[in-house]
Amino acid sequence: MTQVLQENRENIGKSKLIQGRKPRWTWIACLAGSLIVASAIMAVVGFNVAGWAVLTALFYVVSNYAVTRIMENGRKATDQLWTNLVVGAFLVALLPLISVVWTVLSIGLPGLLAPGFLASDMTGITGAVDQASVEDGTAILGGVKHALIGSLVMTLGATAISVPIGLLTSIYLVEYSRGGTFSRAITFFVDVMTGIPSIVAGLFAAGLMLTLVGPGDNVMGFTAVIALSVLMIPVVVRSTEEMLRVVPNELREASYALGVRKWRTILKVVIPTAISGIASGVTLAIARVIGETAPILVTAGVAVSTNWNLAKDWMMSLPVYIYRQMMFPTAPAAPDASEQRAWAAALVLIIIVMLLNLTARFIAKAFAPKKTGR
Amino acid sequence: MTVTSPSSGLHDPRSAAGRAGDKIFSGTALTAGIVILAILAFVAVYLVVESIPALTAGEGELSHGKTSFWSYVWPMMIGTVIASAIALLIATPVSIGVALFISHYAPKRVSQAFGYVIDLLAAIPSVVYGAWGMAFLGPLLVPIYAWLSENAGWIPLFSGGYSQTGRTLFTASVVLAVMILPIITSLCREIFVQTPKLHEEAALALGATRWEMIKMSVLPFARAGIVSAIMLGLGRALGETMAVTLVLSPGALSANIINVGNQTIPSEIALNFPEAFGMRQHELIAAGLVLFVITLAVNMIARWIVSRHKEFSGAN
Amino acid sequence: MSKRIDAIDFNVYYSKFLAVEGVNISIEPKSVTAFIGPSGCGKTTFLRTLNRMHEVIPGARVEGKLLLDGDDIYAPGVDPVSVRSTIGMVFQRPNPFPTMSIRENVLAGIRLNGQRISKGDADTIVEKSLRGANLWNEVKDRLEKPGSGLSGGQQQRLCIARTIAVEPDVILMDEPCSALDPISTLAIEDLINEMKDQYTVVIVTHNMQQAARVSDKTAFFNIAGTGKPGKLIEYAETSTIFSTPREKATEDYVSGRFG
Repeated sequence: MTQVLQENRENIGKSKLIQGRKPRWTWIACLAGSLIVASAIMAVVGFNVAGWAVLTALFYVVSNYAVTRIMENGRKATDQLWTNLVVGAFLVALLPLISVVWTVLSIGLPGLLAPGFLASDMTGITGAVDQASVEDGTAILGGVKHALIGSLVMTLGATAISVPIGLLTSIYLVEYSRGGTFSRAITFFVDVMTGIPSIVAGLFAAGLMLTLVGPGDNVMGFTAVIALSVLMIPVVVRSTEEMLRVVPNELREASYALGVRKWRTILKVVIPTAISGIASGVTLAIARVIGETAPILVTAGVAVSTNWNLAKDWMMSLPVYIYRQMMFPTAPAAPDASEQRAWAAALVLIIIVMLLNLTARFIAKAFAPKKTGR
Repeated sequence: MTVTSPSSGLHDPRSAAGRAGDKIFSGTALTAGIVILAILAFVAVYLVVESIPALTAGEGELSHGKTSFWSYVWPMMIGTVIASAIALLIATPVSIGVALFISHYAPKRVSQAFGYVIDLLAAIPSVVYGAWGMAFLGPLLVPIYAWLSENAGWIPLFSGGYSQTGRTLFTASVVLAVMILPIITSLCREIFVQTPKLHEEAALALGATRWEMIKMSVLPFARAGIVSAIMLGLGRALGETMAVTLVLSPGALSANIINVGNQTIPSEIALNFPEAFGMRQHELIAAGLVLFVITLAVNMIARWIVSRHKEFSGAN
Repeated sequence: MSKRIDAIDFNVYYSKFLAVEGVNISIEPKSVTAFIGPSGCGKTTFLRTLNRMHEVIPGARVEGKLLLDGDDIYAPGVDPVSVRSTIGMVFQRPNPFPTMSIRENVLAGIRLNGQRISKGDADTIVEKSLRGANLWNEVKDRLEKPGSGLSGGQQQRLCIARTIAVEPDVILMDEPCSALDPISTLAIEDLINEMKDQYTVVIVTHNMQQAARVSDKTAFFNIAGTGKPGKLIEYAETSTIFSTPREKATEDYVSGRFG
């Protein structure tokens, strides 16, 4: 008995189960080999980083497949191949993210740190001013104050319209409708609204206000608010609906059984239970519309000075600001100044959107109903 | 109404007021639903009414001497579809790979974090992607265009020179691909993780490798979901405006995707609507209507696939 | 503060499907009545119609009369909400409101209806209800903690405290112990025994020992087969049901020879 145990112990490491498996370091060998081959080819045709990385990856995937096929079997090799491809897809997807973030940071950060960028608008910044500052090498003037305020005011306006409508609609869908034709119609058309191209929403708002207040006056912040609301309402309805549906029915029943009316049950039990999810959904919806460009471009126009009034005059927003500065530099002969401002504005916009996303996650976690209190 | 003695306790005097509260609240909720339907009806009616002058205009009435509305919108429709199609061709395999990586390959502890990272791609505003495509990606692709033009010029897609700035339809498509990648990924991921554990374990217990397990249980389960995710990504790509507007240097329809030229509907509207008036405005709104109809059709097909699929699996 | 319930020729439908048929039963005030029977026999369905909770389910409706001390709770013009504040209900799984503290949970029935009460009154109600549910001593030091932080048995007693805080006449219990361990079950059973001094208690249970321990009278429901309506087979003193039932089906069921 003891002897058998002893033998078994000695056999550990020589198990039959691991016979015919390639050694663990195979992938390192493949990678090293691929690197060498790729480098050799690059040395012949002329070196560039992108080509070198692509070739290395290609050789690695192929050699790893071949080695596995020889040392193990075809099935294992196929498995290995797909693992490499799947991981590769993820790495490829990371490239644009890194590239965008890097571009925005490296070009935008100096602009953002330029004095007065957040505190000044574009009033009085003409092509001559830009050209002078580029030629003289002085600090680039002008900033995003008007766009920041415009984005803020318009997004708040859209939120003020969309959240009540969206919230009430989802309450109707979850709590009142009993799967009838009308509720199915709403669900269907909310889906349709989700798919409305943002430019079409902008066209609609521009035209609506054109009919209501006449040409010229229709270009204003409020028109953009309508366009943004058309885009925001379906997002709010969908996320709120989802959150209300996960509130357990038991809680509603418990409340009804206490003799509480339905509308009070909804206000005091259902919504408080779902509030963290609803709030985070609304925050994400805000994050989505604050980055919208096209609908604002065709509804609120472009402006160079600060405008707080939604109901009068053209209004700038951050995305439109970026677009204008990139496409139509203030000084066509010295586009660097405009580009720097555009990237700095892009950085500001990304920071805002990221903060909103983080806030959403934070709300979802922090204000979720407590599970334990002990 | 039966008159019951007030002593019964079932006829609380406050109950009338309470019932009114219920009525008001449900009425308000219903109104909100009606408002949504009204908005959508408004959008549709408005687009149609404003399009009619352009749709019915004869020769000479349209701006810039166009002969008919359809000859004006047709090239842009093709441009929109080509750009979206290329974007889908690039984004689909990558998205499915990424979704599989997050759902089935990455270690459990970090897979959620990887998911967040991919979601960050969706959080970046489209105008930033446009600026990136215009200033960074375009110039980066120029050497590849040069090579393609030189060595693969016999393919119509690459014949007829290449753009020195990289502001081409293909660059725009790559940017679109990056933008729809997180959408397709997150939808696919959601479906992949819903694969019944029993099916997966059944496959593994038969001695399947990880890939065989995915092929046997995950992909068949998710097939309809993947298709609808792709369709939703397509809907987004068709309607995307700013990325194309910034990246593409527009022009007439041409088969060459590595030179300037071609145009998409949303980009055309964004570029021209702010200065448009009269018939030009009607033309652009009519183009918007065409775009709306296309995206609507794509989205409805996607939803239809999802709803049909729902009855066959537990994925709902 | 305790009322009798009489059901006369009572049918319950889910849309077209007849779920419970022809129930005639008289439940005495200040007593504990147990409903027993196999799964799907309609005992829970019938229980929920006693305070019109079935109306939450789309398509559910009833026929016949259900009298609470002589008043038909289904008479036209009767508000289901006031029925429910007269006839309270405790559910199968403890369901304290997760967003509320223990104290708020007890006061939920009052606060959610928007009644304003002074802090002193509220304190009195909280203590009285929690004492009534045998929970006061366990939670008096942490009334502000979330109700969902309690153990399952404590949560269920919190739900009972919440129910008795609105001072109902009748308390319905739908398998209140099925999600609890034996010790918590015992605590609830003791509580039910005390509660019948003040309330009419109706309890649905799958556990025949429990029915035998806590109830004065027992009603046995049965179902002839799938798709057939549930029926009240026998209703008598608990001791009679468990020792000398009139019906063969009842005897088979209580002796474990069912089916």
